[in-house]
Amino acid sequence: MIRAPAFLSGLGRFYIGLVLVFLYLPLVIMAAMSFNVSPFYQLPFEWTTEWYVALSDNDGLIAATLNSLEIAVMTTIIATILGTAASLALFRYDFAGKRVLQALLFPPIAIPWLISGTAMLIFFFGTGVGRGLHAILLGHVALALPYVIIVVSARLATFSKDLEDAAYSLGASAWQTTRKVTLPCIAPGIVAGGLFAFAVSFDQFVVSYFLATPGQTTLPVEIYAAIRKGFTPEINAVSTIIIVFSMSLMFVVSRFFRFGGDQ
Amino acid sequence: MTGKRRDSGLVKAMPLLLPAYAWLTLAIFLPLSAMVYFSLLTSMSPSGQSATLTLGNYATFFSDPLYATLLVRSLELGLIVTLVCVLIGFPAAYVLAKIFKGRAREAIFLLVILPFWSNSLVRVFSWSMVLREGGILDTALNAILPFKVTFDLMYSYPAVIIGLVHSYLPYMVLTCYLSLQAIDDALIEAARSLGASRFTTLRRVIAPLALPGVLAGSALIFIPVVGSFMEPRILGGHGGTLYGTVIEDQFTAVYNWPLGAALSFILLAVVLVILLVSAPVLRKAA
Repeated sequence: MIRAPAFLSGLGRFYIGLVLVFLYLPLVIMAAMSFNVSPFYQLPFEWTTEWYVALSDNDGLIAATLNSLEIAVMTTIIATILGTAASLALFRYDFAGKRVLQALLFPPIAIPWLISGTAMLIFFFGTGVGRGLHAILLGHVALALPYVIIVVSARLATFSKDLEDAAYSLGASAWQTTRKVTLPCIAPGIVAGGLFAFAVSFDQFVVSYFLATPGQTTLPVEIYAAIRKGFTPEINAVSTIIIVFSMSLMFVVSRFFRFGGDQ
Repeated sequence: MTGKRRDSGLVKAMPLLLPAYAWLTLAIFLPLSAMVYFSLLTSMSPSGQSATLTLGNYATFFSDPLYATLLVRSLELGLIVTLVCVLIGFPAAYVLAKIFKGRAREAIFLLVILPFWSNSLVRVFSWSMVLREGGILDTALNAILPFKVTFDLMYSYPAVIIGLVHSYLPYMVLTCYLSLQAIDDALIEAARSLGASRFTTLRRVIAPLALPGVLAGSALIFIPVVGSFMEPRILGGHGGTLYGTVIEDQFTAVYNWPLGAALSFILLAVVLVILLVSAPVLRKAA
């Protein structure tokens, strides 16, 4: 155990404080401005909730929010099921080309979204899949799948194959073993993977942007359009809501899955 | 014998693997292949009818210096943002891994990582309220300083850098933290007791061991920053034209998809080459 001199560790604490201010200050100011009367963010600050009221009349934003939620929920369900199945297969069976399959999970994460998004636009347009919410869902599931597989596989790595073998030797079928032994053991990993998938989809902008059409769009795409037209406190209000929403969601995830901590 | 078992493994694994990988093929791998094909078409119309194959789009990249200039500008931006993230993120990760303990460490770590999982578009947008004239920094500076200053970073290159560093800093703290945390304190103690100064210990013991984390974080930041277009659009204004925004234009404004596909593919190739060149260094570090 090394002890840094008190002034050094004090300096360290002060520094972390500065980094946290850098990370949170703009968000706090944005939230504050969503409660400010002036539509041009003028000070002094005067409290109002009119922008939140205005929000409830903004049909375009509400429709886009519902689309975002619907796509995020569907992405979560599909990516969690497909991803968990794939993780189980990669955990249980050994076969030629397994490493290649595992390596193939990284392109969707590592390739800039600008490139994935434009590539999907070209392919979906050329094959007649077209643009719209279904195309956005296709894209989001693909982006979320690697996260689910990585998180669930990390959980499986702590699971002992002996438990499955014990179940088999006691006469359980493959399905019974999976349902009664394996899945309950890795449930926290599945839940965390599902919440990651939700967050990936709900916050996704770039890919949705290229696949959206005027009537079929998601919240981040609508917000981007509004920002480019001109800033409004309504955008602050809706942004504040989704920041609070996603941060609370990830706070819950952290209860299920320690980020990198013990994996 | 082993070969046979491995084959039967694949047969059993197939039904579980197929849905996930079929989806990835449909939504990632086929589109990327289609993009390569599209980049070789002459037609300006996205339907590709009566288009012929050509290398013209790639020729455009090499004949018009604008594209190369913008690509260099984007690569430069990627380097600057990555470097700033290392300079801010590494010390933060060090303090977190070696000074904070127990619950305080866990809580602060979570606080650093949380913004990363909130909407990046919104976080970039939030800077516009800080950086503009009449914004918070402008007002605060004028309140403190006895003379009038005009502080307006909005729609400038520094604004783009600030927004991107804010977006990607958590990556660097995360990866550096993971590798710093794995360093045994006894090693640091040994170096110190053998007479190494704090700086020498940092340079000769801690830095080499933490290098994989720094490099992993750098790759995770550099790649998306080079392809960024939303951040420069929101914070950069007219000065925010970058390689990514030109690609975006080809798809959403100019509708020259084949050229956009070629530009995207060149970006992907450049990023891959950079990764391949740095792969030996990465492997050596790991």
